[in-house]
Amino acid sequence: MRQKLVSALSSLGTAARLMLVFTLLLGVLYPLSITAAGQWLFPAQANGSLLRNGQGQVLGSALIAKSYTDPAGDALPQYFQPRPSANDYDALASGGSNLGPENPELVKQILLRKTQLAKFNQVPEDQIPPDALTASGSGLDPEISPANAQMQSSRVARARGLSAQQVQQLVREHTTGPTLGFVGQERVNVVELNAALDELG
Amino acid sequence: MPWLNAAGNLLLVAAAIAVLYRPLGDYMAWVYTASGHLRTERWIYRLISAKPEQQHSWRGYLGAVFSFSLAGFILLYAVLAFDGMGPDLAFNTAVSFVANTNWQSYVPEQSISYVAQMAGLSVQNFVSAAVSMCVAVALIRAIAAHRAAALGNFWVDLVRTNLRILLPLSIVFAVLLLACGVVQNFTESTALLPGGPVASQESIKMLGTNGGGFYNANSAHPFENPTPISNLMQVLMLLLIPFTLLRTFGTMVSDQRAGYALLLTMSVLFLLVYLPLTYFELHGSGTAPQLAGAAMEGKEQRFGIIGSTLFATATTGTTGGAVNSMHGSYTALGGLMLMVDMVLGEVAPGGAGSGLYAVLVLVVIAVFVTALLLGRTPVYLGKQLGTRELKLVSIAILIMPVLSLGGMALASALPYTRAEIIAGMGNPGSHGFSEVLYAFISAAINNGSAFAGFSANTPGLNTLLGLIILAGRFAPISIVLALAGALATAERASSRSAELPLHRPQFVGFLVSLIMFIAVPTFIPLFLVGPLAEGLMP
Repeated sequence: MRQKLVSALSSLGTAARLMLVFTLLLGVLYPLSITAAGQWLFPAQANGSLLRNGQGQVLGSALIAKSYTDPAGDALPQYFQPRPSANDYDALASGGSNLGPENPELVKQILLRKTQLAKFNQVPEDQIPPDALTASGSGLDPEISPANAQMQSSRVARARGLSAQQVQQLVREHTTGPTLGFVGQERVNVVELNAALDELG
Repeated sequence: MPWLNAAGNLLLVAAAIAVLYRPLGDYMAWVYTASGHLRTERWIYRLISAKPEQQHSWRGYLGAVFSFSLAGFILLYAVLAFDGMGPDLAFNTAVSFVANTNWQSYVPEQSISYVAQMAGLSVQNFVSAAVSMCVAVALIRAIAAHRAAALGNFWVDLVRTNLRILLPLSIVFAVLLLACGVVQNFTESTALLPGGPVASQESIKMLGTNGGGFYNANSAHPFENPTPISNLMQVLMLLLIPFTLLRTFGTMVSDQRAGYALLLTMSVLFLLVYLPLTYFELHGSGTAPQLAGAAMEGKEQRFGIIGSTLFATATTGTTGGAVNSMHGSYTALGGLMLMVDMVLGEVAPGGAGSGLYAVLVLVVIAVFVTALLLGRTPVYLGKQLGTRELKLVSIAILIMPVLSLGGMALASALPYTRAEIIAGMGNPGSHGFSEVLYAFISAAINNGSAFAGFSANTPGLNTLLGLIILAGRFAPISIVLALAGALATAERASSRSAELPLHRPQFVGFLVSLIMFIAVPTFIPLFLVGPLAEGLMP
């Protein structure tokens, strides 16, 4: 019995020391090396794919959606609007709505968005694409479908006094197809598109 | 057209696994059989006073697994408590990461520092996966052994798994993820721009089938999973070790056909989940998806439905538990498929290491039943199976149903946890019930994903789910190592001409049906109340 206890304790000692070795190696050295590698090989990506304006000011990340609203919380017509966010685009609380398909709350939200978007963009309700009506998984989805961009483009053109062709040209420039033609979906990056519009003046 | 894309994605992942199957599988077999030690390894053995030449019996191996997991738990609990987590949440989180589950009651952005993620959670991402792989390898050695009681040395297996397999793979994939746009910095997160050492944690989170997100949105977050290519890569990372370990198995027992039979079994199960799941999500039935025009609630535009369901199948079929889309917002029947995938016992293809030992338990049962039906002696890979083996595997298959259903029943019966459950449900009606069911299945099978509307961060549920995770981890490991002990001492027949051909499609078909009929029927009454009631309502 006593011998068993001694061997169990020595095994625990080995285990504890090994945990410390692993913590040093895998929990400190490894992530620090990857940080160094990232800052050396891919500094732009490693630091968050930052988007800057003409003056070099950081506008945010090209990968993280933000809200384009006035202080009252109303959507600004001169900006393309990202997908709905369950957390109001707060990067300190990323996540989805987690509402189920039959949840009356979700049904209510979708109906409300339908009415608002139809009025905002002056389009019939049945022409609003699904991604404009549903909250993304991260709440920070920077991208919308081309149909969603198409729906918003004439409103943005009107609000900015640009021609429809000018805006549509910009939308095309910020559209990415599925990789290799079948991996992922076709999408338009709203953050980059809006920055480009602002650069246009 | 969507189906063509789905096939393309699937083929791309399958091709990558096919290319890596032999080299990585054989490399791992070499790691576990090579006699020499690296200089660093020898240095570590001296430092921790382990004797690398010493061989462990199954009890010794299990004892070492327990000591190591206990030490890991104490250290991680201390790190989390020091970081400011309350006792029940720190207990739940520490258990969950030590058990390779990564159930997350906490919101990472708000309740944990970069240092604790890096030096606490991410270390367990490595070592908990390594422990599962060691246990799997001990079982393989037992099958390959001929009247030997030794299963190898746990400390050697553990150090080698981390240093020679997980660390190099993590480095390669972390750099690839960085190239895609995953961040790796120490800038403080703001509401506009999150930061953190994400790429290093992301790569082992996927490779070790852990699944604990650096951010709350997990792999749906653009900084964890920025592009369709990083998404496909993460699916590959989840499946890579579970699948290639089958080659390691084949090589170590000197019978590749046995490995291929398991490969086929797991692939069939994967498709049996992926195809209906994708159909249900593309079809998008249900009030909200119909109203919106597609089941895009909780899914990211860059992945779409195809990229989301592929990831979801991989994460529920391994013990991954990472999510790139919110499972709780899937269509009712899609959500059902995710639960079925876990209830199959995490063998499609299962976690790194744990998938292999879980499927071998099921193989033992299948061999018994076939032998019984045909009036032959039950023999697998030259090892005759006896009553001790049968008793052990019979207990093993009961663990998950007992823990999940028993735990859920207990939690609903106790007034304290019952109140927490009712308050925690994020959806009304049958979907709320599904959230709770999903949580208990996920904990019992050590998956870690969730119908995340359910907030389980309450003292009672943190404790109860933590205990279920603990039992769901160590009860199967104990039984598997006992099984290894029983198998190791048995004689391995030199001539195997009299054996049933257990690599042919007939046996694979039988094994697949057996896996589907072992646990799934037990859950049908609960599925009827939850997802089926929701999905089949007029």
